[in-house]
Amino acid sequence: MIEFLDANSPRILAGLVQHLYLSVLPIIIGLVLAIPLGMAAVRSRWIDAPLLGASSVAYSIPSLALFIVMPGILGTQILDPINVIVALSLYTLALLFRSVTDGLKAVPEPVRMASTAMGMRRLRQLLTVELPIAVPVIAAGLRVTSVSNISMVSVGALIGVGGLGDLFTYGFQIGSLPLILTGIVLSVALAFLADLIIVVLQRMLTPWARAREAR
Amino acid sequence: MVGDLFAFFADAQHWTGPEGIPLRAAEHLLYTVLALLIAFAIAFPVGLLIGHTNRGAFLAINIGNAGRALPTLGFLVLLVLLTTVGLVPVLVALVVLAIPPILTATYAGIRNVEPDIVDASRGMGMTERQVLFQAELPAALPIVVGGLRTATLQVVSTATVAAYVSLGGLGRFLIDGLAQREYPTMLAGAVLVAVLAIALDVVFVGLKTVAQPGGLAARTKPTSRRPVTNHRQSTAS
Repeated sequence: MIEFLDANSPRILAGLVQHLYLSVLPIIIGLVLAIPLGMAAVRSRWIDAPLLGASSVAYSIPSLALFIVMPGILGTQILDPINVIVALSLYTLALLFRSVTDGLKAVPEPVRMASTAMGMRRLRQLLTVELPIAVPVIAAGLRVTSVSNISMVSVGALIGVGGLGDLFTYGFQIGSLPLILTGIVLSVALAFLADLIIVVLQRMLTPWARAREAR
Repeated sequence: MVGDLFAFFADAQHWTGPEGIPLRAAEHLLYTVLALLIAFAIAFPVGLLIGHTNRGAFLAINIGNAGRALPTLGFLVLLVLLTTVGLVPVLVALVVLAIPPILTATYAGIRNVEPDIVDASRGMGMTERQVLFQAELPAALPIVVGGLRTATLQVVSTATVAAYVSLGGLGRFLIDGLAQREYPTMLAGAVLVAVLAIALDVVFVGLKTVAQPGGLAARTKPTSRRPVTNHRQSTAS
């Protein structure tokens, strides 16, 4: 055990760090883009319909295929981690765009009317009333994306960029079960940790839900 | 680059023989269909049971989450090292990948059937079996098909990994292309996998419309505005 860690800890640590930024960065980029796009889409069918179509097509493109197509589109090297980041950001955006619009569309009509009656303009209404109410739906989408992103990143190891996936390909080449197991355990642990963080954030952002539970 | 891609597809050599596109695509489809059939045979009955009785729901949801978190590439190479190179470890890995979406969608579909429908069918004197198969299942069918669609997408994308452990399928173009530093070959493989995935997805869009029970079709507009988020259905439906 000690021997194993001695020999492999730099590799494991490097994989873990790379895995973290390859999966977390796209989640943040995707979320930051999805919120304004989703808000724009609920206001205009001209934005909603094409984006909905594009997001469902984007989501059906296999991740490995997207990683490989990226250098052709972006003009990057095949081994550049940016390919994985852009591809996963696209997935996140595709999924979260739908969560944001679903969440906003599910806001109860009386709530919307009440905020109108209070004299709120459309944008303020969206930002201060509807978006907070949509948080649980967005968080649910975020949980799905974060978990699937974290497990998808390792596929990138097939083209040489994969964080913990490197432990899978390298472990396979040298026939090391402990290395592969370490990669699996760390990857699953990361996914659960990300899930936990999102749940905690959601609870912080929706204090009224907690108040309702307590009653 | 696009020119290289066209050149690859225009080359007649790439369309015949054991390494040609049709055979690779057929292999890919074979892995996908086999894995989906096995996963469906396991996950669908379990999902029905859990959905109908509402027992073991906690287990079902957690299996779904854990399954999504499991890195398939790692699981596959682990299986290959533990057993042998061949179709079996690839199928096991793909089946494990496909079970969670089918299971959770079946469960969520049955749970989401309006209680009035279930009560009414019990009130009509249906047996539990009839309630499940004649009332709940037809109403849940679109969601079940949605889960199957998610599973199919994931399996098609992941079946490319089979090539890494020396099997066939469209992944061969990716793996061999990378080994020989031929980007056009990799790109062609990527395009082929994407086309296959999108084609299968289109099939499911059609299936979902067919799966919609006639009596409910008229009512789905207003109810579909209520997103099924409490079950954490993947949104790829």
